[in-house]
Amino acid sequence: MKPSPFAWSAPTSLDEALTVLTRVGGDGKVLAGGQSLLPILNMRLAAPGHLVDINRLTELAYVRVVDGSVVVGALARHAAVERDDPAYGVQPLLRQALQLVAHPVIRNRGTTVGSIAHADPSGEMTAVLALTGGSVQVASGDSRRDVAAADFFAGPLESCLVPGELAVSATFPSFAPGSGTTFVEVARRHGDYAVCGLAAVVTVADGVVTSARAAYVSVAPTPLVLDLTDAVAGAEAGGADWAAAGDLAGEQVDPEPDIHASADYRRHLVRVLTARALAEAAGRAAA
Amino acid sequence: MSEQRHDVRLTVNGVTREAAVPARRLLSDFLRHDLGLTGTHVGCEHGVCGACTVLLDGEPVRSCLLLAVTVDGHQVTTVEGLGTVEDMHPVQQAFRECHGLQCGFCTPGFLTTVAAYLDENPDPTEAEAREAVSGNLCRCTGYQNIVASVLRAAEITRERDAR
Repeated sequence: MKPSPFAWSAPTSLDEALTVLTRVGGDGKVLAGGQSLLPILNMRLAAPGHLVDINRLTELAYVRVVDGSVVVGALARHAAVERDDPAYGVQPLLRQALQLVAHPVIRNRGTTVGSIAHADPSGEMTAVLALTGGSVQVASGDSRRDVAAADFFAGPLESCLVPGELAVSATFPSFAPGSGTTFVEVARRHGDYAVCGLAAVVTVADGVVTSARAAYVSVAPTPLVLDLTDAVAGAEAGGADWAAAGDLAGEQVDPEPDIHASADYRRHLVRVLTARALAEAAGRAAA
Repeated sequence: MSEQRHDVRLTVNGVTREAAVPARRLLSDFLRHDLGLTGTHVGCEHGVCGACTVLLDGEPVRSCLLLAVTVDGHQVTTVEGLGTVEDMHPVQQAFRECHGLQCGFCTPGFLTTVAAYLDENPDPTEAEAREAVSGNLCRCTGYQNIVASVLRAAEITRERDAR
């Protein structure tokens, strides 16, 4: 239950971090908050040769609102993003989802960009990035690239990042005016990984539903975005058939069973939680 | 080949402490083994149980999920820094009054977590108190008295402030 030995660097600037990451290549692993990485190291599920500790890159500890999007730097802790009022004003889903990420003590240390780079299919922030149509800003040496959420997640615990690259920030766009959002999930115990969960957004115009979408965690290898508008388009926000939207979602998921839940139970949760979440999001949109 | 060591200097409970340790030294082990501060307990070592919770620059964190080298230069408060037998922290006094512990293994983590929580939320409801300790496990399962202790600690803080 102790990590195996590794070399360790603690760069103090982004340029220095990128130089180190290029040098160590495939041996390297970025350490940010470490709230997922340290358990993995402690249990020796991974044994990287070189940890590049970015905790001194205070230049990346920011939460900003830029052109109607929230941009979160690689060293912004979950707790800082959760508390940020301007960010909440632009994209309320951030705070709504973060309240379900582990426990407050973990959120004091864990980073939002780190949890996205970790690409855990049960990670709430992966679903938020996917549903908002967000992106990850990736740096390597002198090059920079912007990766859309849809291209970022390659599989369970696997992102498209290659050795030498650092996820510098994540950008979460706002939704259209008249949108309401929520994040709901079912976990075995408070703060545990969700057995099933979803971020939902419903857009209402003149009291009528014009769009209903959701992104799911723990039911697919990567965050799964479903457009459920067909089931409820044109209905009044207060009286839409949310159960039909839930059924539509249930038809489109193909979850894996595990020790915590069967595939059938997960699909059942998709139906029930989708209906619940969309109704709640619609209520907020109409309010 | 011996492992490379790094100098780590922390302010622990107001006192500057230092030791040279391998990069893989967890903060929990740094406190216990290198500094001899065994009040911080180590349960699961993967962030689930909360027994190792300490305050890093005033904020509660899992010391088993931090490398000592990462927090070089920062301030750490352990359970030893909360209060003394003669001058107990309100949370310590409350846990004693309310029988908020049985075997005591999880207690250091509860005390640090609750102390930090009450700084930000001085008047929690029972539901909020329960939520505040939801990241800490007590295998004796004395949660009723722990929740009562959180509420009593808030009361004691107010009583002391009123004096």
